[in-house]
Amino acid sequence: MSVIKEQTTRKIAPGDLLREVEALNAGGYRIVQIGCTGMDDVYEINYTFDKDYELVNLRLTVAPDVEIPSISGVYWGAFVYENELHDLFGITVTDINIDFKGTFYRTAEKYPLSITRSGGDDPCQNV
Amino acid sequence: MPERIVVPFGPQHPVLPEPIHIDLVLEDELVVDAVPSIGYIHRGLEQLVQKREYPEYVYVAERICGICSFMHALCYCQGIEHIMGTEVPDRSRYLRTIWSEYSRLHSHLLWLGLFADGMGFENLFMRSWQLRERVLDVSEDTTGGRIIQSTCKVGGVRRDIGQEMLDKMHRDLDIFEEECRDLGNVFLNDETVKYRLKGLGVISKEEAYALGSAGPTLRGSGVASDQRETGYAAYGELGYKAVVETAGDCYARCAVRVRELYSSIDIIRRAIEGMPEGPIDVKVRGTPDGEYFSRVEQPRGEVVHYLLGNGTKHLARARIRTPTLANVPALVKMLPGAQLADVPIVVLSIDPCISCTER
Repeated sequence: MSVIKEQTTRKIAPGDLLREVEALNAGGYRIVQIGCTGMDDVYEINYTFDKDYELVNLRLTVAPDVEIPSISGVYWGAFVYENELHDLFGITVTDINIDFKGTFYRTAEKYPLSITRSGGDDPCQNV
Repeated sequence: MPERIVVPFGPQHPVLPEPIHIDLVLEDELVVDAVPSIGYIHRGLEQLVQKREYPEYVYVAERICGICSFMHALCYCQGIEHIMGTEVPDRSRYLRTIWSEYSRLHSHLLWLGLFADGMGFENLFMRSWQLRERVLDVSEDTTGGRIIQSTCKVGGVRRDIGQEMLDKMHRDLDIFEEECRDLGNVFLNDETVKYRLKGLGVISKEEAYALGSAGPTLRGSGVASDQRETGYAAYGELGYKAVVETAGDCYARCAVRVRELYSSIDIIRRAIEGMPEGPIDVKVRGTPDGEYFSRVEQPRGEVVHYLLGNGTKHLARARIRTPTLANVPALVKMLPGAQLADVPIVVLSIDPCISCTER
């Protein structure tokens, strides 16, 4: 007897991101997370929002060298996820409200989950 | 205007069992800004999903955090089961619910003890942890493990609980509830505690929602959001209504957790009474091909496991958003206006779990 609601995913272009996010904000949606998946040669970035347990997901598919606009001007708390995108994946996010410039996650290795990083799957070395 | 100074809080601090760093910008002893940083112990467990077969990853998922270990496993398993279209037996859903609520009791009592310790109320700290031991005893008796239980699996659960044990658990809940209410009475009504917590670290309903907060941090500000209301596991049959406080301060967040002790006991009691007969697992065949955002209400709030299967025995991606990460922006908003001496209390009030955050 589940009341779990459907999840919808919409693919959008980076240029449409802010407009779509502003529309969700105006519609009363709460930000749940921003997550990244490294595919073969692109990143799939999921912006996830919730309203009354209904989950809406905006999906960007971008090459590693593409810059992404920050949504922290719309959702202030997005800075944690956007700094994570940068620090773990090496993705450039422009105009983050609190930009740690690579020091939010103090990992021993820079951009440990980047699809373009050298070193493959060698174990992380603490230095 | 007083001179501004920056005082580092953490990564090692007596109230923090795990490392997080916050630069506190102070004017005299008043906090005017706070800048957090994490990642000291980031483990990259999400990447292991590409190296472990999907049934094995349950063991990794439950090691993301020692406190909500069972619920990480549950969230992961529910996600895989959704992708594969697997219906688990009713009895396993009830058992999952019981172990989830014992995990919540264990977590909240742990937090209440740490919170009391942070306030310097040592007797209350010891009493909270004394009660927590009783919860861990039940975990050990029913799963064999106090913390890492390894009972959840894709397709159901590994262990059953016999009727004799269920009856004993049900009987013990009566005295346990009475003791929890005595404990809660101190947290909610003691003048010292109220003086220390009321009006401290306030975050409004609108702010908590807009910042994407989760769990007691969100509900303590008046937002009735609790994934258990969606009816996963056996919550649909048992019914659940979110515990909400409206003041948005440290006292309100504490009150939510105290009242959730009582609601957890109530759910366990009703789950035992309504426990269906039947098998506890189903055979799962094939490999996951598809994606799903699985959500479960952990003690600190909603956890999200994004799972992407590609039709092989290894998933292509697991991305885990833990509630502490979602509550960091709220913490940044709570701290300005607090005195330096109150910072540990405000930080503790979101119940930070760095182990989860550094998955």
